[in-house]
Amino acid sequence: MASLDTPAGAKWRWGLLDVVVVVFALVPVLWIMSLSFKTPATLTDGKFVPREWTLENYRTIFATDQFVRALVNSIGIALIATAVAVVLGTMAAYAISRLDFPGKKLLVGVSLLIAMFPQVSLVSPLFEIERQLGLFDTWPGLILPYITFALPLAIYTLSAFFKQIPWDLEKAAKMDGATQGQAFRRVIAPLAAPGVFTTAILVFIFCWNDFLFAISLTSTERSRTVPVALSFFTGESQFEDPTGAISAAAVVITVPIILFVLFFQRRIVSGLTSGAVKG
Amino acid sequence: MTSQSQSATPLGAELVQEGTERAAPREPAATGPARSGRKAPLSEGKKAERRLGWLLCAPAALVMVAVTAYPILYSIWLSLQRFDLKFPDQREFVGLDNYVTVLTNGFWWTAFGVTMLITVVTVAVELVLGMGLAIIMHRTLVGRGIVRTAALIPYGIVTVVAAFSWRYAWTPGTGYLANLFSEGAPLTERASSLAIIMLAEIWKTTPFMALLLMAGLALVPEDLLKAASMDGATTWQRFTKVMLPVMKPAILVALLFRTLDAFRVFDNIYVLTAGGNETSSVSMLAYNNLMRGLNLGIGSTMSVLIFLTVAVIAFVFVKLFGTAAPGSADEERR
Repeated sequence: MASLDTPAGAKWRWGLLDVVVVVFALVPVLWIMSLSFKTPATLTDGKFVPREWTLENYRTIFATDQFVRALVNSIGIALIATAVAVVLGTMAAYAISRLDFPGKKLLVGVSLLIAMFPQVSLVSPLFEIERQLGLFDTWPGLILPYITFALPLAIYTLSAFFKQIPWDLEKAAKMDGATQGQAFRRVIAPLAAPGVFTTAILVFIFCWNDFLFAISLTSTERSRTVPVALSFFTGESQFEDPTGAISAAAVVITVPIILFVLFFQRRIVSGLTSGAVKG
Repeated sequence: MTSQSQSATPLGAELVQEGTERAAPREPAATGPARSGRKAPLSEGKKAERRLGWLLCAPAALVMVAVTAYPILYSIWLSLQRFDLKFPDQREFVGLDNYVTVLTNGFWWTAFGVTMLITVVTVAVELVLGMGLAIIMHRTLVGRGIVRTAALIPYGIVTVVAAFSWRYAWTPGTGYLANLFSEGAPLTERASSLAIIMLAEIWKTTPFMALLLMAGLALVPEDLLKAASMDGATTWQRFTKVMLPVMKPAILVALLFRTLDAFRVFDNIYVLTAGGNETSSVSMLAYNNLMRGLNLGIGSTMSVLIFLTVAVIAFVFVKLFGTAAPGSADEERR
């Protein structure tokens, strides 16, 4: 529509809208950053910009075992779950997009069902089962549900990607004398890499973000992840006022995600959209 | 499947393609010419393809079924029992008693109402905002990269973190928003708490809606818009008469995914109000019964009821949407 307006005026109008969007998206983020830099004395002044700056809050959280353990748990669990989910998802997505076999529709249907399933309904039986199997409050106890709920996302996104790959190129490479392995390594893998990569990022965000499973299936810092540790800062922490510490911890776990989004926004956009809607 | 739907392609061409396809996963038997007879008894190649398909899907299917199937059945089984971990001796089969207990309970219906309210309001607002955001992200002339990145950040941020940000913002003494409307503490009153919960939800998930809608926007043919404006259509007419119809599938998918997600709202409420002042959602209530109260019978009953509600919502959407529903969109794609 903009193309029909006068260029200069349109530019200004779009610029203004851009500013609105950026402010809308970033204000809460900047606010929590501001809180994390405030000194205890100025913490409660209600000002958006800190009057006195301090790094004390960051020192506090990294000095306690609680947060560092949770960070290690979060990173480990999210990475393992992402790796497994992407490998399994890639295999299934390849089969779904490239091969013809009975039961394919069933698989797609079941994974859609799981994607829509209210996760809270699974929490109680999982809790029961994991207690009996000794998986409760362990890494695998969280990794397994994460893989399960990430798989539908992975399968959908990846099969959309795989459908866009020009598989004829592989044939061409082999006609030019490449072996099967070479054709796969040099031609197909580079083409599929962005898709696999995007899926990995989405799955990682999902695992990193999860709160419900993490709070229900853990009970000690053995496997408690950061989002849960954050919510426990208030109750049982040794700090007088945990607000500053929670904000600092919040910033620490937000930074990797923002960097991810910043670097891969284009890919995430195309990955998400082609996965969710017919592209 | 690709080749199946392309039945118009000359058989020979298809054969070559099929051969390569199966050669990729290293199945030499697959190159046989017997493939051409589609309705004929299964050829070696066809069998190999099936085997490979099953083999590749098996791990994913196994994990999904192993983790979800038993819990679902177990959950249903538990919902038919009186089972409180605090009184394990009193475990017994009680049929549908738990359902009667829950469905005649005021707390359940309050939580149900709250959840419905949150779902309807947030999804409606997000649809409007998300559409605007999608148009901006899609069409802006300046700083497209910055806008897209900024708009995606709320979606990438850990929900609990965002919830804390809002909680502090609205807490008197720490927050810059707390005294915006009144002198009291907004998170201690029901109406304002609900409004804040919805605001937090909307802020967090509008980008998701916008992303899905943007995919639909990309499908709107530029020529069609040009032609419409040549014919004297106003901006609004172009939007409602040209863009919306083309975008319908995307809109419906976005609505469906967001509605199902919104109905399961948990994190924001947990952090913002912990369900105080009658702001519990059904997920929150089920969680409290299961994990705090350790009443597995009642908790499971609530879980099953939530599942049934979500299933009904999904069913209604799929019925309303017809071919635009995710499943059929998926078929179409093939």
